[in-house]
Amino acid sequence: MLLTITYSGHPGTDLGYLLHKSPSRIHTVELAFGRAHVFYPEATANRCTAALAMEIDPIGLVRNRRGPSGEGRSLEQYVNDRPYTASSFLSVAIARTFNTAMSGKSKERQALADSPLPLEAHIAVVPCRGGEGLLRKLFEPLGYELSAAQLPLDEKFPEWGASRYFAVTLKARVRLKDLLTHLYVLLPVLDDDKHYWVGDDEVEKLLRHGEDWLQGHPERELIARRYLRHQKHLVNDALEQLLGEEEPAADELAEARTREEEQIERTISLADQRIGAVVAALRGVGAKRVLDLGCGEGRLLRELLKDRQFAEIVGMDVSHRSLEIAARKLRMDDLPTMQKDRISLIHGSLTYRDKRLAGYDAATVVEVIEHQDPPRLAAFERVLFEFARPQTVVTTTPNVEYNVKFETLAAGSMRHRDHRFEWTRSEFQAWAASICARFGYAARFLPIGPEDAALGSPTQMAIFTRA
Amino acid sequence: MKLPIPELAVIVLIGPSGSGKSTFARKQFRTTEILSSDFCRGLVSDDENSQAATNDAFDVLHFIASKRLAAGKLVVIDATNVQVEARKPIIALARQYHCLPVAIVFDMPERLCQDRNRERSDRNFGPHIVRQHSQQLRRSLRGLEREGFRKVHILRSPEEVDAAEIVREPLWNNLKHEHGPFDIIGDVHGCFDELAELLIRLGYSAETGANGYVVSPPAGRKAIFLGDLVDRGPKISETLRLAMRMVKAGTALCVPGNHDVKLMRKLRGRDVQITHGLANSLEQLEKESPEFREEVSQFMDDLVSHYVLDDGRLVVAHAGMKEEMQGRGSGKVRDFALYGETTGETDEFGLPVRYNWAAEYRGKAMVVYGHTPVPQPDWLNRTINIDTGCVFGGSLTALRYPEKELISVAAHAAYSRPVKPLKPDAADAPALSSQQVYDDLLEIEDVIGKRIVTTRLHHNVTVREENALAALEVMSRFAANPKWLIYLPPTMSPTETSLHAEFLEHPAEAFAYFRREGIPSVVCEEKHMGSRAVVIVCKNEDTARTRFGVLEEGIGICYTRTGRQFFNDPKTEKEFLKHVANTVKTAGIWETFQTDWICLDAELMPWSAKAQELLRQQYASVGAAARASLAGAAWSSEKLPSGTDGAKALAERFRRRLEAANLYVDSYRRYCWPVNSVSDLKLAPFHLLATEGQVHVNRDHVWHMETLARICKASDGLLLATPYKKVDITDTSITDAATTWWQELTDNGGEGMVVKPLEFVARGRRGLVQPAVKCRGREYLRIIYGPEYLLSGNLERLRSRAVSTKRSLALREFALGVEALERFVRREPLRRVHECVFGVLALESEPVDPRL
Repeated sequence: MLLTITYSGHPGTDLGYLLHKSPSRIHTVELAFGRAHVFYPEATANRCTAALAMEIDPIGLVRNRRGPSGEGRSLEQYVNDRPYTASSFLSVAIARTFNTAMSGKSKERQALADSPLPLEAHIAVVPCRGGEGLLRKLFEPLGYELSAAQLPLDEKFPEWGASRYFAVTLKARVRLKDLLTHLYVLLPVLDDDKHYWVGDDEVEKLLRHGEDWLQGHPERELIARRYLRHQKHLVNDALEQLLGEEEPAADELAEARTREEEQIERTISLADQRIGAVVAALRGVGAKRVLDLGCGEGRLLRELLKDRQFAEIVGMDVSHRSLEIAARKLRMDDLPTMQKDRISLIHGSLTYRDKRLAGYDAATVVEVIEHQDPPRLAAFERVLFEFARPQTVVTTTPNVEYNVKFETLAAGSMRHRDHRFEWTRSEFQAWAASICARFGYAARFLPIGPEDAALGSPTQMAIFTRA
Repeated sequence: MKLPIPELAVIVLIGPSGSGKSTFARKQFRTTEILSSDFCRGLVSDDENSQAATNDAFDVLHFIASKRLAAGKLVVIDATNVQVEARKPIIALARQYHCLPVAIVFDMPERLCQDRNRERSDRNFGPHIVRQHSQQLRRSLRGLEREGFRKVHILRSPEEVDAAEIVREPLWNNLKHEHGPFDIIGDVHGCFDELAELLIRLGYSAETGANGYVVSPPAGRKAIFLGDLVDRGPKISETLRLAMRMVKAGTALCVPGNHDVKLMRKLRGRDVQITHGLANSLEQLEKESPEFREEVSQFMDDLVSHYVLDDGRLVVAHAGMKEEMQGRGSGKVRDFALYGETTGETDEFGLPVRYNWAAEYRGKAMVVYGHTPVPQPDWLNRTINIDTGCVFGGSLTALRYPEKELISVAAHAAYSRPVKPLKPDAADAPALSSQQVYDDLLEIEDVIGKRIVTTRLHHNVTVREENALAALEVMSRFAANPKWLIYLPPTMSPTETSLHAEFLEHPAEAFAYFRREGIPSVVCEEKHMGSRAVVIVCKNEDTARTRFGVLEEGIGICYTRTGRQFFNDPKTEKEFLKHVANTVKTAGIWETFQTDWICLDAELMPWSAKAQELLRQQYASVGAAARASLAGAAWSSEKLPSGTDGAKALAERFRRRLEAANLYVDSYRRYCWPVNSVSDLKLAPFHLLATEGQVHVNRDHVWHMETLARICKASDGLLLATPYKKVDITDTSITDAATTWWQELTDNGGEGMVVKPLEFVARGRRGLVQPAVKCRGREYLRIIYGPEYLLSGNLERLRSRAVSTKRSLALREFALGVEALERFVRREPLRRVHECVFGVLALESEPVDPRL
């Protein structure tokens, strides 16, 4: 990994005093994950460049790892980009090698350290989840002139497209301390990964390094969220502390929150409406013993548990991990006995016949069928409608016609990466009709979510009743 | 005095405290057979005499008893059992498990019991208790048989107790010692001519002797009649005469059918409705002598509901037999054997809807039955109904056991008209067999939880519950139609780490491994770098239907090592399979192997075809980052003034790393090329796994390579023959040559080679030997261990790796994969095949070093 800092003031070699590293030799620091070298490829009166080059031990990263396994468990593999990209490793190296400079102190050149200087930083490989737009959003508000060149994945295979890496140059008149601090905080934010466990002291670190600039940064929420690795409670801690320090920013922040919520709200309320509609349908038919097939993390189950009409609730999912999360979210271990006796979670699959599913009043299959390969639907249909045979089946699935209304959704793509298909209303209804004909059910349909005159509602629901 | 008891029974000891029950039980039965109420009292309360613990103690006792009875084990209940309320649940339990309850009563003088109790320090209850017991016993004595006891033995003195000797008798239905071979014949219904014809076809001969004719079976064989000899047909008396003679002569066995029993009841003067062809029997028997009629009714009365034969491998009964009833005796068992079970509903012809017990059958024994006419005998879960409705104009069918060969004789006429048409219209003819229809859905019970799969190659393979959890998710969310999944490939271990300074893997270790196992010859095959693929192709869609039970999914499939369809685009898959099928046809494989389908284990290239996402996300990304970053560092460090201390070394280090990054990029690039159509793909098959009737694991790898090379030769470019060498590993000049070959392969960018024992299934000093060991090239390993793995100091640290877990997994997965194929080829139910395939997937979720 390589970071260079170029000072174009006069005399350039003052950079050595500012960084507390003499230009005449190589300074090497041993770190847990390798070595960091500071040296000066260029040190003239007009221009001076300090390079921070890291030799990360790629074998040691995997074999001696004590921290988290990294985004996508990358640190469990020898083939990973960590030794070569600007990440939290570089931040640690910056803090270790430029400790004094980062605190804004200089024995010989304090005045220089306190003043904005013509500085330029170049980082060879910046991994950026969010593209050039995010790079600009993070650095430009801080006064940098930014140029970024996206690296191709492999020039021999242009069809593979560009990589997620950028060669980045930042230019500004800025205090050295600020430049280093900005890099320290923002590089891991761009990377959105950390090589060490994020704990409570991380909040304190963020506040300390961001005290001069973070409050005023329009993307502070994203910065906090990513810096703290999406650990919600820590993010809230940080934001509260930020708010406490400077009241005027509160309005701005609230506004930012609303904006973000608006963005998410549409989906949140859709999910809520979906659950509401399903619960209403179950109440309507007076179901007492209910199966939630594909219960996931148990959102619907939590709702059902609130209503004593549902005397027996069974959640089933094919993902054991989801069931564990559901059990945690439902606080299964702490529920009072009366409640606990009403609910159970079972691991199972909708493509295998399952005696445990027989004899229920109703089954819900909420946003599940579209996760099945179409040829395997036949098995699911028999498992549910021929063998489990509940009195009522409530099923929901996306209405693909509505997709054009989602601005963030690329044309022709599906709402979820794992969706194997998304149906139009007529496709869904034709499917339901064939179920009714084969298994002796009657179906009625209900739109869920804001209904468009031409496109219908975002979610479609069918309620099957056994004849 | 001998006390006969059935071998499977609930023995209830009845007698007052101190009457000698426990002593008797200890003398006559195995300790594990005796369930003592006192002992159970002790288990739940620490006090064998605690009366307060009685209810709990009996709960425990009944629980253990039911477990034993379910497993077919005799139970002796050692409690006073003098009250009818105490005996009632025991009798119910015996009934539930279709076992006979037997009472052994200890009707001892009261004085004796009192004396014995007094001598025992732990029995400090008063004499009134024993008196009470004795009175209760007396009251019970006469009613015991009415309560349901099939046998009651009463011992009236200590002398009788001492003289008594328990004799275990096999149940009448137990003919496990008869091993056949058998010719099992379906419902005859008086179709004597067809029966005679069938017997001749089966090789039986008839000779006229002093008392009429004598039928002789071919050497060693025996006929079995599945009942319903009578009613409806034209020659009932002749049929009966023949069957009775054969049974008497010991050349045939016969189980009763519902018609036979009804006729017998009529002959014995009972009031039965003259329906369903009974009139024919009565009319024809009317012409016979009363002695013959008496003989017939006695013959039928003596028939045993069903037989368990050949060490429990074969069960015959008229209407079938559920697993839990096999080899047991009770009214329910007899009813099931005669009538089967009905669901209580009636169908559109007004006939009772039969409960399809065979669909749920999971037993190990083959069950052969009749009763309900079917157009074609059809296997379902190791059961087969061979009543092909001869009397209705169908045919009379025999199943030869153990050959599983069906032989039929067409009816000479339709002698009777069935209520329900025997043959459905041609248009309604089922596209799939009963088994295939049934196999459309697998049962979750057959895959989840801890499972133990018995394999031919490697004993029992255990699949742990947590691994099954993961496999269920993968199988449900991603896998193709399970009917196609007749095999999943095992994982493959690399060589042990090389001792050679320059290498992590080297052929020397592979050769040494097999030599150590006592294997003289191996086959070295070039290892292609693509994605593992299993390819099944059928001659046509019809074969896909008849052999695999798959409808409208084309002529085959290409799937990955996790059972997922290889191609996302159905059009590409179709074209690909057509290509393979044409090649197989041109190579004459359909004729050579007398097969309509073929299953290949292969590598499909390029790597980038399937691993596109992985390449972009990981391999190419790392390459791009490494080159940019290291180029920058190398360039910067080279600009350092030459006099700077350590500058040269630093620059050199960065330059080396950059070089390594470039080599790494070269490595993965070799396995990538754009795929725009099927003609850009290469399929390199290395195992011809199976064809109809055969799993080719009895052929050595040279055979596989040669046969596959012949197929590849017929290909116009898609199929690629794999270069290989047969290597005698006891000759160093030959192993040296093989090593050189490997060196050349890998120098030219090859991944490496796979070393296999010559035999497909090889056994060494410690049992099954690794089916294959991979030996990867130096450059290729950059893709595995990172660009810089060869730089100083790195290789040393990478040397510590352990292949034993991987190898143990490889053996278990290999055994499961072969087992799956063998079960499929034997046409076993899908769940039996799926269980193995599911097991491979489950084992693959076991955490092992992913670099191996």
